Amino acid sequence: MADMKVDELGVSVARGPSLMTGAVPTKDWQEVPAVFKPGNYCYPAKASMVEYHSKSLPGLFGEPREWDVESDDWKLPENWKEIIINGMKERLDKFRSFKIFMDCCVRCGACADKCHFFLGTGDPKNMPVLRAELLRSVYRNDFTKAGKILGKFAGAREMTFGVLKEWFMYFYQCTECRRCSVFCPYGIDTAEITMMARELLHLVGVGTNWILEPAANSNRTGNHLGLQPHTFKENAEYMLDDIEEVTGVRLKNLNFNRKGAEVLFVIPSADVFADPGIYTFMGYIMMFEHIGLDYTISTYASEGGNFGSFTNNELMKKLNGKMYAEAKRLGVKWILGGECGHMWRVLHQYMDTMNGPADFLEVPKSPITGTVFENAASTKMVHISEFTADLIRHGKLKLDPSRNDNRIVTFHDSCNPSRGMGMLEEPRYILKHVCNNFHEMPENTIRESTFCCGSGTGLNTGEIMELRMRGGLPRANAVKYVKDKHGVNMLSCVCAIDRATLLALMQYWNPNVGVCGISELVGNALIMDGEKERDQDLRFETLPGMEGDADV
Amino acid sequence: MKILYPFVAVIGLMLFAFLGVQVGMDSLFGIVIPYLAFLIFIGGFINKVVGWAKSPVPFRIPTTCGQGQSLPWIKQAKIDDPSTTLGVVQRMALEVLLFRSLFRNTQADVYDGPKLRYGSSKYLWLFALMFHYSFAVIVIRHMRLFTDPMPFFVPILEFFDGILQIGAPTLYQSDLVLLGALTLLFLRRIILANVRYISLPADYFPLFLIFAIASTGILMRYFVRVDVINIKQLAVGLASFSPVLADDIGSLFYIHIFLVSTLIAYIPFSKLMHMGGIFMSPTRNLANNSRMVRHINPWNDPSIKPHSYAGYEDDFRDVMAEAGLPLEKELPPEEPVAEEEQGKATETPAE
Ligand code: SF4
Ligand code: SF4
Repeated sequence: MADMKVDELGVSVARGPSLMTGAVPTKDWQEVPAVFKPGNYCYPAKASMVEYHSKSLPGLFGEPREWDVESDDWKLPENWKEIIINGMKERLDKFRSFKIFMDCCVRCGACADKCHFFLGTGDPKNMPVLRAELLRSVYRNDFTKAGKILGKFAGAREMTFGVLKEWFMYFYQCTECRRCSVFCPYGIDTAEITMMARELLHLVGVGTNWILEPAANSNRTGNHLGLQPHTFKENAEYMLDDIEEVTGVRLKNLNFNRKGAEVLFVIPSADVFADPGIYTFMGYIMMFEHIGLDYTISTYASEGGNFGSFTNNELMKKLNGKMYAEAKRLGVKWILGGECGHMWRVLHQYMDTMNGPADFLEVPKSPITGTVFENAASTKMVHISEFTADLIRHGKLKLDPSRNDNRIVTFHDSCNPSRGMGMLEEPRYILKHVCNNFHEMPENTIRESTFCCGSGTGLNTGEIMELRMRGGLPRANAVKYVKDKHGVNMLSCVCAIDRATLLALMQYWNPNVGVCGISELVGNALIMDGEKERDQDLRFETLPGMEGDADV
Repeated sequence: MKILYPFVAVIGLMLFAFLGVQVGMDSLFGIVIPYLAFLIFIGGFINKVVGWAKSPVPFRIPTTCGQGQSLPWIKQAKIDDPSTTLGVVQRMALEVLLFRSLFRNTQADVYDGPKLRYGSSKYLWLFALMFHYSFAVIVIRHMRLFTDPMPFFVPILEFFDGILQIGAPTLYQSDLVLLGALTLLFLRRIILANVRYISLPADYFPLFLIFAIASTGILMRYFVRVDVINIKQLAVGLASFSPVLADDIGSLFYIHIFLVSTLIAYIPFSKLMHMGGIFMSPTRNLANNSRMVRHINPWNDPSIKPHSYAGYEDDFRDVMAEAGLPLEKELPPEEPVAEEEQGKATETPAE
């Protein structure tokens, strides 16, 4: 799929002329224009998608129109500069973070080589500091005295079409992973700046289809894949057959839209659709059956992932609101959330503020262990890894980790749960109980220093495959390290976007390394009541030691 | 150019003060400009901080740099991922006093394979600490000039600063460290390709300016005689709003004080405002407790509602009924409910 063969790209990353390899551009960055070529940009949003979102959120998505990124006429509204500058003013007044991050950078460069896109492309404008400067230069020009008086000397420049092009290019080459923020002495979070820039871009109708279409799907059908209720249900139920085939147990508790359940379980919808997410889904529901959880899944709120968060606050809020609305309608006590990255960033940092108070729910309490989740006392939402870790800790799961012996596992801290929530230990605790071979990747590439999959925030699209493989290189490279050292053949994670993007990344850089959710490994290790002797795992792969008597 | 302009600008400032004093504008440089600079500084600083404070912090967005508060048996990183005010205070103190985030710094290399390697890189942290602490010591030492009687800690600080007892007058280590740190920071900016590339004239200007301030200060103390009694008299006068100018202070002093005035006045309009911003950065100064405690967004728009369940059901009632999903509003009775269908989805993903 990718345009470049792996060795070619490898050579280009390591030796191609780029700032990363020591080739310093001869021109100042202000003088290097963004050039669009097939493969280095995402396709613009279809007019119909812009129109769809504009109906419920007027004025936020610009004029619906068909336009071409490579052309010099983006069919912008006549007053587009004014819209941007006014939009900027409005956001400066709404977000202290934005104002402070515009003012305080000292260009120390501590963040420069922290971004996976910079490491993979060597493009100077992928240094978080320069990415921010793309916006900051305009801010200085229009909003600061020094910029007005000293102009270029103070690093100010006017908003032009060339600048807009740069914004489109580089704010869609940032996955809002926040790695840069960890290292900045002032905590300047380029992800926040990217979010602001994307809001501004959408104001003048410069958005990408791979964000707006999934967002439209989420709004209408409940999930970004656009699965209609019956399909969603059928897809999920189809997995019951597979589970029965592997375990000999027919699950009875899977149900949808059921009023009066104790827990509403919200998943990233990719977990009922695509390989390998479906195995994670099997793991979830096997565990729920095992412990007898009284839960339901909603087809209406069938997506935790929030593509709105890649556009603007308003759409993020709108999509997120469905979970509380559905919890209220169904009358559940609390909400459990599946393994998803940006879903959890939004849940953790924004949900209660945007759509709370969730006073119609109860503080989550595990019906099995009695543990009260104090850390979710207000939002009333618990992460599946927190829930599972608590079950294991209380000995409520019967586990046989040796069933995962064919897997030599490492763990990818997904950016959002690690740098947005601070969830580092729970998945590791689970892993250590459900598999016998677990190896950490090198220290500077995990936990709060974890590297992004390279394709988050709506960049998981085929037309920019080379960029994604470059951006994912630091992650892939760390996996390769443990692959070579310990024979790792499975990369586990707690994010559905990761499950999709890492798969492509591994196939490219590290063939033979699979990708899985944590719950898949739980499902494999789980000793279900009444199960047959298992000789296959959830992927129908033969278990170690069972090679001889697998019934084919 | 990026380096030359700010360099020329600083030289220009020095010349300006020198010539100004030659033509007898002592009181302008000795009294009016320092007051003016101070006013601009205070006004600008307050203006900036108030400006920041006016914008709300709608969401709780700390960068979590360690395990958050979770199950009781999971060890929380109480400082790097604080959930309480105490933790936040500790985090901020480490940040402000010891530059904790810079201490984490690594440097990445790409080499054939392609492989990436990350080495620890603490020198920016070290240079920054050297610079800021020596600067602070020097500023405090200058209180000797402005206060009468001087606060007890000034002589103590001076004693330790001069503990090596080299030369006469005693050499202050902070002077050397400051000049050293400035040189290292400057060299870092021009030697490291990526830092050189991101640097603006506005990054070199303060470096040169502070270098010039430190140099003129050192010249006055160790090499060129200026009248300290008169300077002290002027400084105390300035501080008590009754400045007295003696005639024979020496032009070096005026250059020094003019540069200091420029620096002070420049702070609120430049990146040097990071001294205020660091305290207000929402990714660092918030507790990570957004699921525990509700946080209010003053501009939250309650009219933004999700696509309603009723609307959803209206859209899909037929297929929902067919699939046996519960409905709020049943289908009209004449329509038979077909048997549940099994099978894989036919939809294609959005990709
Ligand atoms: S680390 Fe922070 S202050 Fe330094 S260049 Fe990056 S954003 Fe600016
Ligand atoms: S948030 Fe992530 S992708 Fe964006 S600039 Fe920072 S490190 Fe790069």
